[in-house]
Amino acid sequence: MGLTGFFLITFLIVHCFINSMIFFNDGGETFNHWGHFMGSNLIVRTMELGLFAFLILHIVQGLILWAQNKAARPVRYAMNKAEKNSKWYSRSMGLLGTLILLFLILHLYHFWVPSRFGGMANVQVLETTTLGGYSNQEAHNLYLAMQQVFQNNLLVVIVYVLGVFSLFWHLLHGFQSAFQTFGINHKRYTPIIKGIGVIYTTVICLLFVLMPVSIYMNWIN
Amino acid sequence: MEHYHMNLTLKVWRQKNTKSKGNFDTYKVKDISSEMSFLEMFDVLNEQLIKEGKLPIAFDHDCREGICGMCSMFINGQPHGPWQQNTTCQLHMRAFKDGDTIVVEPWRSQAFPVVRDLMVDRSAFDRVIQAGGYISVNTGNAVDANAIPIDKKKADEAFMAAACIGCGACVAACPNGSAMLFVGAKISQLSLLPQGDPERESRALNMITQMDKEGFGNCTNVYACEAECPKGISVANIARMNKEYLHAGLGTEEN
Repeated sequence: MGLTGFFLITFLIVHCFINSMIFFNDGGETFNHWGHFMGSNLIVRTMELGLFAFLILHIVQGLILWAQNKAARPVRYAMNKAEKNSKWYSRSMGLLGTLILLFLILHLYHFWVPSRFGGMANVQVLETTTLGGYSNQEAHNLYLAMQQVFQNNLLVVIVYVLGVFSLFWHLLHGFQSAFQTFGINHKRYTPIIKGIGVIYTTVICLLFVLMPVSIYMNWIN
Repeated sequence: MEHYHMNLTLKVWRQKNTKSKGNFDTYKVKDISSEMSFLEMFDVLNEQLIKEGKLPIAFDHDCREGICGMCSMFINGQPHGPWQQNTTCQLHMRAFKDGDTIVVEPWRSQAFPVVRDLMVDRSAFDRVIQAGGYISVNTGNAVDANAIPIDKKKADEAFMAAACIGCGACVAACPNGSAMLFVGAKISQLSLLPQGDPERESRALNMITQMDKEGFGNCTNVYACEAECPKGISVANIARMNKEYLHAGLGTEEN
């Protein structure tokens, strides 16, 4: 769980960093440049397979844990003051993960599926235009695709914000939990790891929330 | 501290044996002194039940000094009740006030079947210890205790882990019914010391295998165990257990 989770944590850094290029306010020029690089680079595409494998493994591990842990307590407590001894989000990782998965299905349907299976004809770059230095027909104007999904679509923006909200609590537990699973619990370093976890979670989730919101509110162009 | 008396309503889990279903029964106790321990309050209730010709409530207890690990009870939604780093026998009635309703349940775990009422069978812990929670020593004259130098810090850490009384509150508190705080403490207290070093790999592998066999859940680092442990055992012991297991799993030639 920790190992697959940690891989997904590193993926989120790359994903968030590249998507943040939209904040350059250059009409998506820089973002499209990197978007095309990520979509056309063989190493990145191979890692994409790994990403899906780790994501599925993370889900399968979660389901196994859920089933085994449920079986470990067949009779539940009539009264359980769990809030006295632990954080609600640490106890709700399965629920938060399920919410993230539901969001992820919508998210992949919005961007990944059209990009991979030819659903982006409407944002195809014409031969005559240049896009972030690329001018062939293969390049998609991903920035335009983002605008089409989020502009004038309040419901989608709300679902995205809620998805990232679930991700926030999931990461807040998951980041420090991964280190404990690896056997790293140190008087000096563990408080630092926990601090980095909080900063990482806050920064990543804030940037992710700002993306759909900024496009919807026309804060960037 | 102010001394007062109280009347209480108790909702206690009654279960005839492991196989029967069990249910809550409600009892009233009167004039309970704030200076009584929780178990003494149960003694009063049991005297009352015996006088009424009813079966007394079965519960585990032994030293009543907070050191043997025998008492259990899930009191008002927390193992060993509302006080931190405290056992049920050392929980005093001043934790409650007149008119309170107190819900008392046994530990709930697949690995700890209810024997009767509030008593659970914790022999799963014994079998985990038997799987590797020991050091092998040749018989003969006792070796001089100070013959092997031990780093003071490590000795202290081992001692802190050895403070575990094996009561099972960690399992009871864990939302997953995991025993990793107990097993982590038992592995740590030996692996930190030179006497425990030679068998550290087989110990980690065997104890964790037995732990899984007993039907305990998995640790998801919720840390409810640490918060509820009457001896304040740290979850750093779970991390150490994970490390020991990783080392043993990757490095050993044993199967």
